[in-house]
Amino acid sequence: MDITLYDLQVYWWLLVSVIGALFVFMTFVQGGQTLLYTLAKTEDERDLLVNTLGRKWELTFTALVMFGGALFAAFPLFYAVSFGGAYFVWMAILFCFIIQAVAYEYRKKPDNLYGERFYEILLYINGSLGIFLIGVALGTLFSGGNFTVNEMNLSMWTKPSYGLEALLNPFNLAFGLMLVFLARMQGALYFLNALDAPEVTARIKDVLKKNFVIFLVLFLYVVATILLQDGYVYDPKTKEISIESMKFLHIFLDLPLLLVVLLAGVVTLLYGVYIALFKESRKAIFFTALGTVLTVIIVMLILGVDNSVYYPSLADMQSSLTIENSSGSYYTLSVMSVVSLLVPVVLGYIVAVWRSMDKTKVTIEEIKSDPHHY
Amino acid sequence: MEHSELLVDWSRAQFALTALYHWLFVPLTLGLTFIVAIMETIYVKTGDPKWKTTTKYWMGLLAINFAIGLATGIIMEFEFGTNWSNYSWIVGDIFGAPLAIEGLMAFFMESTFFAVMFFGWNKVSKKMHLLSTWLVAIGSNLSALWILVANGWMQHPVGMHFNPDTARNEMENFWEVFLNPNAVSKFLHTISSGYVLASLFVIGISAWYLLKKRDTQFARRSIIVASSFGLITSIFLLTTGDESAHQVALNQPMKLAAMEGLYEGEKRAGIVAFGVLNEAKEIGDDAEEFLFSFKIPGALSFLGYHDLNAFVPGINDIVYGNKKHNIISVEEKMKQGKLAIAALSEYKTAKKNHDMPRAQKALEVFEANQKYMGYGYLNDPKDAVPDVSLSFYSFHTMVGLGTWFLVLFIISLYYSMTNEMHNKKWLLYVALFTIPMGYVAQEAGWIVAEVGRQPWAIQDLLPVGMAASNVARTSVMITFWLFAILFTGLLIAEVKIMLKQIKIGPEGH
Repeated sequence: MDITLYDLQVYWWLLVSVIGALFVFMTFVQGGQTLLYTLAKTEDERDLLVNTLGRKWELTFTALVMFGGALFAAFPLFYAVSFGGAYFVWMAILFCFIIQAVAYEYRKKPDNLYGERFYEILLYINGSLGIFLIGVALGTLFSGGNFTVNEMNLSMWTKPSYGLEALLNPFNLAFGLMLVFLARMQGALYFLNALDAPEVTARIKDVLKKNFVIFLVLFLYVVATILLQDGYVYDPKTKEISIESMKFLHIFLDLPLLLVVLLAGVVTLLYGVYIALFKESRKAIFFTALGTVLTVIIVMLILGVDNSVYYPSLADMQSSLTIENSSGSYYTLSVMSVVSLLVPVVLGYIVAVWRSMDKTKVTIEEIKSDPHHY
Repeated sequence: MEHSELLVDWSRAQFALTALYHWLFVPLTLGLTFIVAIMETIYVKTGDPKWKTTTKYWMGLLAINFAIGLATGIIMEFEFGTNWSNYSWIVGDIFGAPLAIEGLMAFFMESTFFAVMFFGWNKVSKKMHLLSTWLVAIGSNLSALWILVANGWMQHPVGMHFNPDTARNEMENFWEVFLNPNAVSKFLHTISSGYVLASLFVIGISAWYLLKKRDTQFARRSIIVASSFGLITSIFLLTTGDESAHQVALNQPMKLAAMEGLYEGEKRAGIVAFGVLNEAKEIGDDAEEFLFSFKIPGALSFLGYHDLNAFVPGINDIVYGNKKHNIISVEEKMKQGKLAIAALSEYKTAKKNHDMPRAQKALEVFEANQKYMGYGYLNDPKDAVPDVSLSFYSFHTMVGLGTWFLVLFIISLYYSMTNEMHNKKWLLYVALFTIPMGYVAQEAGWIVAEVGRQPWAIQDLLPVGMAASNVARTSVMITFWLFAILFTGLLIAEVKIMLKQIKIGPEGH
């Protein structure tokens, strides 16, 4: 059987979804950054939290870069349209991530110019605003952007606010906040797993409960909106784009497997929260991780399959992006598909290193004894 | 969809700002990761705890430097989308691939093992730790490989064709893109420059300890490793520099002419050993090129073409054409380019109206003139000339400093072997003050590479004016200043922290 261009486009949309999902899970680092003052009451405890996150932050950062890189290689028109158009949103996101990179390294160093508190604020901004804005940007995949694409495939944004107008849409806001509270939940669960510090972990349950409730409300609102909203679809023959009411609900009915995986994801996530709250389990994060990854994969996937439009244009419907009209060439997607065989290798060594590094739990004593700590 | 010049200038300024800041940190990472890996190897082989202290100390400085290099790097990747969105579409099918491969192959390796390198001393075995340190070094150099494959392709686009239906360039041969001679020589030249800079850094800081008469054993150990590493790599740097210049001569003759301030082409062209450009000189006039200069005859012909008698075209030959040497004028190329652009647009319209014969005809015209399509976006033949004085002075600064570094490594290696280094105060001062020179040379190198190829985002294919995003100029100005303030603020903090750590020293006092 020959592999068609469409097969490759679907494969790459799936890969982008997987990378996006892994990134969303890895934002537990950001979530943890917003809990420094909630969970830690002393300087030592705060150092402990920062150092525990500090072993993982680069992975999250890299996952974000990888998400961008995969989009660039596989769907360059999205890269051009969205990044060059929703300019301020993406620039603000970048801003929020530069400050994270240095904050870990500089926070505790003597003569760091702005003081420890300053770098903690940077971590907080990254963890809250950074994730919120990424959520807003992802929300526009459902709610649309104000762009046009001409016959040479060159694009233009039609609003002078260059993306900031997305902040006026309640769905986008809810999407952004949902990711923030998800990240905070995961951050709390990560601490529960990685720390050996009873005073700190005793405070986790309460934090988890509050963040979970807010997350759940936002999640239900987002899912309901997605299922009930009008969606853009394209005709596979003419490529003409039109509106279909309750499109995403139809996708789930057309492809029940997606619904099953989505429900499995949600149940796994809920189970993780349950065992953390009621079974004193430290392993909860592995369940919420799996749940998050499965759920996000499906949420992303429904944008790319079944003739769906993944980036609707509010300015000119026919300019909307689909996996078919925005992808790389057959040749490039094939080459990149071969390269993608490395993904399991990379995941493999990440898991192996994670396990060997996290075998022993982190304690305050350990941080104090290491002169190179963050 | 061409943009106002001001928008393009601000977009370039923002990209240049990011690139220049990024490059303040990356070369040190490229080299220092290897130097610490060598030191740790000595530690594991000898079991001598002093080498562990030495390794850990330089690793500490590496970490301070590493994070900000990473942060500025992510900005660059995304700026291709935010500020060069036409570019992202027109060449994204080729350009996106190396960036994605870089992420997958290199970034994950770096970030995963970086954590082991720093926090794993007591968590994994000695050998596993050493392996992690080497993997960080290999990972960071692998990332340089892929990003320079991407950059090499911009300087010398190969392995693709233009698809009129999608209106973009599409990859047709990955291996040609990957093994592009321009990319290979660029990669080797760039990483070796990082090794040289890191060696200068280690020698300079160690020299400061010797001047202060503290941590002398540590400083001597460090100097021996860094001088040897620096000497070997700077010889490599010179040879790869030679190959880079050869590639420029073959593919970017205008850049070579600008690098040497050569307006009138000649055989046995010389290299200016030193000289001052005549800033009043204009393209096409008879004014002298230099106020004064001392040239090494034949050297440019040899450097560029490996032949003392080769003809090296000057700026005027390239702009106005030179029949004798078969050089087509820019004006003629522009004419063909404009025909290609018009034909492409005609093809698109005809196809939309399902007028196949008309589309076919337009396609033929397009294909006949496609080679110079990029020139069709230029407005004036003189636009094909980059900033000559910036190219010239950066190039000569880089070469001059590079030569000096080689000399310094020979001297410092000699005196550290004879154990006299600590007595040569003048040498210690010179070594210390050569550290900033290393950074100057690094930045100068990138200025030559990037300014020298203007106006092209992709050589001969896509000028920067066409490549930029269609955003308001004020938006780019806002982000430019925001980033300028942020980067500068972080740089000052970085330098302060670094200086403090150096003062604290390897024994933590």
